[in-house]
Amino acid sequence: MSKTTNQKAWIFVIPVIVLVAFNALIPLMTVVNYSVQETFGSNVFFWEGVKWFEQVLNSSRFHESFLRQIFFTGTILAIEIPLGIAVALSMPKKGPWVSVCLVLMALPLLIPWNVVGAMWNIFALPDIGLLGRMINGMGIDYNFTQQPVAAWMTTIAMDVWHWTSLVVLLAYAGLCSIPDAYYQAAKIDGASAWAVFRHIQLPKMKRVLTIAILLRFMDSFMIYTEPFVLTGGGPGNTTTFLSIDLVKIALGQFDLGPAAAMSLIYFFIVLLVCWVFYTLMMRDEAE
Amino acid sequence: MNLKKWLLPTVYILFLMLPIYWLLNMSFKTTNEILGGFSLYPENFTLENYIVIFTDPTWYNGYLNSLLYVAMNTVISVSVALPAAYAFSRYRFLGDKHLFFWLLTNRMAPPAVFALPFFQLYSAVELFDTHLAVALAHCLFNIPLAVWILEGFMSSVPKELDETAFLDGYSFPRFFIRIFIPTIAAGIGVAMFFAFMYSWVELLLAKTLTSVAAKPIAATMTRTASTAGYQLGLLAAAGTLTIVPGAFVIYFVRNYIAKGFAMGRV
Repeated sequence: MSKTTNQKAWIFVIPVIVLVAFNALIPLMTVVNYSVQETFGSNVFFWEGVKWFEQVLNSSRFHESFLRQIFFTGTILAIEIPLGIAVALSMPKKGPWVSVCLVLMALPLLIPWNVVGAMWNIFALPDIGLLGRMINGMGIDYNFTQQPVAAWMTTIAMDVWHWTSLVVLLAYAGLCSIPDAYYQAAKIDGASAWAVFRHIQLPKMKRVLTIAILLRFMDSFMIYTEPFVLTGGGPGNTTTFLSIDLVKIALGQFDLGPAAAMSLIYFFIVLLVCWVFYTLMMRDEAE
Repeated sequence: MNLKKWLLPTVYILFLMLPIYWLLNMSFKTTNEILGGFSLYPENFTLENYIVIFTDPTWYNGYLNSLLYVAMNTVISVSVALPAAYAFSRYRFLGDKHLFFWLLTNRMAPPAVFALPFFQLYSAVELFDTHLAVALAHCLFNIPLAVWILEGFMSSVPKELDETAFLDGYSFPRFFIRIFIPTIAAGIGVAMFFAFMYSWVELLLAKTLTSVAAKPIAATMTRTASTAGYQLGLLAAAGTLTIVPGAFVIYFVRNYIAKGFAMGRV
């Protein structure tokens, strides 16, 4: 759609800017402030320059939680996106079951994150949890509170449980926007199910899928509450993702300088990836 | 063929329901029964856990606090996002693209990054431990999301609608409230749904910004779990009750989800 140039449109945007800036800029400046100073308490600060940034970037602790984070985000994207598309493709297009499916599927999205963690905790406990009992019943030794592999599997299963529905909903919306005429044309041409998916459904879902990937990337990269409640970052440090590590440093050890420097590096990484996605998406939209 | 198509959604929904069933199952058991043995359904069915929650003010106030700040946040987010989304969808102005991306970056800020500065900021403006503090803090990510969603919906409304209304002599505020808002009602529903959702499920900031007076239910749960021993039955009942408002809201907007998503950025 062609837009008219109108500088007065700024007036409409001002309330949003004021509210968001209050919440974003002041805390961000506080973080920047901490990141370049050292304090020994009682509000006395010393200029430190980029010392904290160097320290964080060179620490093996940061490297490890960063790698864990990448691995986690990569894994859940690799599972949730195809699974979400597959479920959306096989969902009924009309009829009373559509609402039932949508309501039931959206349910996990509306559960507070700590409840998700607590729920999976009692679901997966080897002694009283249904999942833990089932896996152990199959003769596999499973205890997510002690085995790193089991802790990882449980965390990933929890995230798949929690968020795949978002992909389903978005993909389903994309599928619903395809006019019947497209399918009829494909039928006349004798196109295979794969050809229909590849040349009709996938291109139509491209935009919603970009949004789905963007949202899933951002949220999984910032994940804190669910794994914290489920595993507490353990056993050991094996499921300590970036946010968990950050809160440990900032509030646990009260190392404000390194924590602030880490925050900024962390934020910058998320920003960079999202900028790439956003540019791709906008280029798409312009076409 | 038909059976095969039904299989995947059915298995998927079963997978979604299992942990919820387990939570429900535990909420109807006493803590002793939970720790005493393993059973697929409550053998000594009890409502005791729910009675505790509905009669103890520290518990039910948690729900009221959460619902209050979520409602405040939803109203604030969507009402300020409406004019902004209109500006983004209809006009080109200096710095519009950068501004839009800047707004989105706030949706990307990890809450863990902001927890401590938020505490200091809201203490400084003397809003600490109020519902308004949490409602305003959640605006950080909910306003950008609402603007994004609404902009998508508004862009799918042809510009001719605006132009015809102005030719008919409608003033801008009258056009916006009488014609434009009803036209994008589905979009507003979806935006409110998302604002509700993210404000309801977020805990880190809500917990950081409150202590007693505005404490969210989720925080009540974590504290009770640690101070009064692990009362699993009570915890499960409280968890089950946090699902209820969500289920209600989904049911309420179920037609908007199906229709609404399709009308947005598709």
